[in-house]
Amino acid sequence: MNANPYLPVRAKILEVVRQTEQIATFQIESPGLNPVPGQFLEVSIPKVGECPLSISDFDSDYIELTVRKVGKVTGALNALRKGDHLFIRGPYGNGFPLEKLAGRHVVMVLGGIGLVPVKSIVNRYYQNGGVKRLDLLVGFRTPREVIFQEELARWQEKFNVVITVDQGEPDWPGRVGLVSELVKEVAGQERAVAIVVGPPAMIRAAAEELLKSRVAKEDIWVSLERRMSCGIGKCGHCKISDQYVCLDGPVFNYRQVEKLVD
Amino acid sequence: MGYALSVQAFNSLLAELGGRYKIYAPKVFQGKGRVAGSALVAYGEVGELAEIAFDRKTAFSPKEIIFPVNQTMFYFTKEEFKENVPDERGVLIFLRACDINGIERLDTIFLQNGPYRDVYYERLRRKVKFFLMDCHPGWESCFCVSLGSNRTENYAVYVRRENNEVFCRVKDQELAGLFEKYGRAADVEPRFVEKNEVQVKVPGEVGVDVFEHRLWQEYTARCSACGRCTVSCPTCTCFTIQDLFYQDNAECGERRRVWASCMIDGFTDMAGGVALRANHGDRLRYKTLHKIYDFKKRFGVPMCVGCGRCDDVCPEYISFSKCINKLGEILGR
Repeated sequence: MNANPYLPVRAKILEVVRQTEQIATFQIESPGLNPVPGQFLEVSIPKVGECPLSISDFDSDYIELTVRKVGKVTGALNALRKGDHLFIRGPYGNGFPLEKLAGRHVVMVLGGIGLVPVKSIVNRYYQNGGVKRLDLLVGFRTPREVIFQEELARWQEKFNVVITVDQGEPDWPGRVGLVSELVKEVAGQERAVAIVVGPPAMIRAAAEELLKSRVAKEDIWVSLERRMSCGIGKCGHCKISDQYVCLDGPVFNYRQVEKLVD
Repeated sequence: MGYALSVQAFNSLLAELGGRYKIYAPKVFQGKGRVAGSALVAYGEVGELAEIAFDRKTAFSPKEIIFPVNQTMFYFTKEEFKENVPDERGVLIFLRACDINGIERLDTIFLQNGPYRDVYYERLRRKVKFFLMDCHPGWESCFCVSLGSNRTENYAVYVRRENNEVFCRVKDQELAGLFEKYGRAADVEPRFVEKNEVQVKVPGEVGVDVFEHRLWQEYTARCSACGRCTVSCPTCTCFTIQDLFYQDNAECGERRRVWASCMIDGFTDMAGGVALRANHGDRLRYKTLHKIYDFKKRFGVPMCVGCGRCDDVCPEYISFSKCINKLGEILGR
């Protein structure tokens, strides 16, 4: 552990993969970070600033970040190429409780870039197994915003992957409609455990549908996103009720989330 | 040990400490008040007893000494970081029991919340010795007794000024010799405020339903979200980290942190446009519940220490103690 937790480490960008016009995946050197799926890094570009970003995948020698160009830091990040450097500290947060998913029927309800924090989990189940059944429900706004197309196609071999878009296009072969509407098609037959990641309205709708399909509150896990400056429980921005999203989250059980009010 | 010192002897003692310590105390800044011609009472460096405003309450708390409004975290060139070298002198702070309790709240967040310690805070904090100022009888907006922060045993020296003498009780062994040198032995017991005009009843359990109560809508109509309450608060610790670079050399710059406030626009803004608590009353609700409920639930003590500064500085005359009591009434029903 660095004596000063605020000092970042310089990390080289090994590869950049464009996902969409707005989204790119950066594979960066990992100085022995060993994250848990669902954790995040504080990523910075000196002079521009720092922001928390979800880890989309990792191995012993690299970390992958998948970033939408949406603000100051992510805008500057988007312009970086292979061989450039960025600065990281972390990993922070709790990550997903993988032991609670082992051997179960897992339903993932994900909105757009909400696919990012669970990608490494799905990849591991794809390679090594470990769950009884996996339903991956992913919603994007438009067909042009579909990320991880290769991975989604590959995962389809082993899992039930359903992709839906809010607004279809004439040549879109998939489903159109809200991702939360898909829940009743897959949950309910047996006791499922669910992971929900996405924007606040989607999380609410998905959780309602899961509860209607008799998924127990204890079995619903939600990853939250809040503004953060420090990532280590000091700056106060991400506090909700008595919980700090950076320390106690970003993954919370639904039993906790229902009591948290911003 | 207790000592009595003449004003002159106390000044000599301060002068001797001055080489090794930076000494901060409540101080009157003429012409710096909110209204033209008025004075600001705030923390500043002092060299002698006459500069210390024993009979005034500061508008701002002593937290700015160990948690500065603006603090450079490190400097960077294109590929390198460099940290600031902190001043090697110690820090003496003249402060009252409520503020010592307040600094203990800062310690909780900066040093105990989560696995990491905040090094910038810790570097300044570990230099500090508290000179507990006698507080009697308190001020009209104070409600420390209700929150248990009227007392403390966490001090190096207790100081009470009476006429031309200064009575001290010295706990800190490092400083005892100096008091021995300049003072005469005397029986000194710290006194604490035992009763405030204002009393609050901190609610026990808070249900989710109170979040929607119309009390907060009323505050939306009154609160202008200026953030003065959080700036004056001895227990608010929120900050935002930002980078800046130098105009003369854009390759160099610094990362720094600046006080932030849950009352002010932008506190929750995320890239992409999501923002929470647009209504000012909801911000006041968030702050109130943090001060008297959330913090207590997490750490066992209320965050608010009842210093009443937020009431003193509010331009809309919102009283925090009244807010706590209104909430208590609603929950009591």
